[in-house]
Amino acid sequence: MESRVRILLLVISLTSGLLIAICAPVFAAAPSDNEQDQVIQPRIDRKEIKEAKIDTEDFEIGTFVGLMSVEDFGTNTVYGLRAAYHVTEDMFIEAAYGRTDTDKTSFERLSGAADLLTDDERKLSYYNLSVGYNLLPGETFIGSKRAFNSALYIIGGIGSTDFAGDNRFTLNFGAGYRLLLTDWLALHVDVRDHIFDIDVTGEDKTTHNIEISSGFSIFF
Amino acid sequence: MRTNAFLFIILQCLLINLAFGAQQNQQVQVADPYLELRTGPGRSYPVFYVVERGKWVDILKRRTDWFKVRSDTGKEGWVRRNEMELTLTSWGEKTDFNEAALSDFSKRRWEMGVMGGDFEGTNVISLYGGYAFNANLSGELSLSQLLGDFSDSLMVNISLLAQPFPMWRISPFFALGTGIIDTSSRKTLVQSQDSTDQLSHVGAGVRVYLTRRFILRGEYRNYVIFTSKNDNKEINEWKAGFAFFF
Repeated sequence: MESRVRILLLVISLTSGLLIAICAPVFAAAPSDNEQDQVIQPRIDRKEIKEAKIDTEDFEIGTFVGLMSVEDFGTNTVYGLRAAYHVTEDMFIEAAYGRTDTDKTSFERLSGAADLLTDDERKLSYYNLSVGYNLLPGETFIGSKRAFNSALYIIGGIGSTDFAGDNRFTLNFGAGYRLLLTDWLALHVDVRDHIFDIDVTGEDKTTHNIEISSGFSIFF
Repeated sequence: MRTNAFLFIILQCLLINLAFGAQQNQQVQVADPYLELRTGPGRSYPVFYVVERGKWVDILKRRTDWFKVRSDTGKEGWVRRNEMELTLTSWGEKTDFNEAALSDFSKRRWEMGVMGGDFEGTNVISLYGGYAFNANLSGELSLSQLLGDFSDSLMVNISLLAQPFPMWRISPFFALGTGIIDTSSRKTLVQSQDSTDQLSHVGAGVRVYLTRRFILRGEYRNYVIFTSKNDNKEINEWKAGFAFFF
């Protein structure tokens, strides 16, 4: 009797075992929401260096004051604004706007004839877009204890000059010196030649107009 | 009195902001034998300090490809980007500054640039901005100043640009558009003729991906100016310049 019960239990356990063995893959294959979600969710929360959080200081904006000699029309104070973007440590692009007044030509003064230009036409303003290259970057030593970062750069570009009633295509080139007093404050000294054609003095001629200016700029 | 109090509150806010900002410096750990600190953001500035392996540095600011860092001993100096990329983040992973690359050039949305060139014997300076609707098609608005011997003009154009191969580093494009040109004659001319005319153009050009966010661009356009006289004027324009995208 006892052995029969044992055999029965054995048969039941065997068949159920067999059933489970057969059905298990079927159950496993059956789509189930719980099983599709992984048991352990890898929490990838990488602490990357966020570039946006680093303060980039590639832009430079500043003002300048200086002297500009306009061929035939005398030398006068020039003042203006400049903005630059530093593309690499060597190269930068610059946009500048400046204005100056001009005097009478010697012809107008000596001959006593009618003025060539009206007062409004005598005002000169220019804008230009230039590319600069830091030719001699390095340090400037002032005294024996202080060293400032500085660079001597060459610069050139195109623009337009509004003078004597017309806009004139203008090439400019020159050189400048940038002395960084701090990381973000710079002192500039610039020499620039503005070349444009003018026809108010009788014939069309190419003029060279030299500008010497100095100013401060800040990096941001 | 009230304004004083107000100013004081604003000042306080600013100071709190500054203090808060100071805490947000990101830190990296030196993984190479040492990290060289230079006195300025350029290869010509001397190395004045080295930070040893395993030490942490704060990133203070960035100028072009140089980073200003502060060591745990309080020394501040400039480190080149390729050296910064050999450091580790707080998760022990390589630092990556997510520089813009060629793939970003292909996926750019906004583009702005300046170009100079020749407009049938007249000098032209133009400024433009564009928006890409998808990888192939973009719209552009350009403002040009034409400076000639007998006249100067302002020209505004809108154009549609098709770029068949956006994945290429040197990628050609075709343009079609319309605009307005406003011409005023030189003051010194006896007979001055000022006019405002409509014009349309077709063109072709090429964009060359340079580095980071910069593009070199050259293009040719053929304009037809619908003058108030009966005959239309055809003009060839050649321009080159550079642009950046974001």
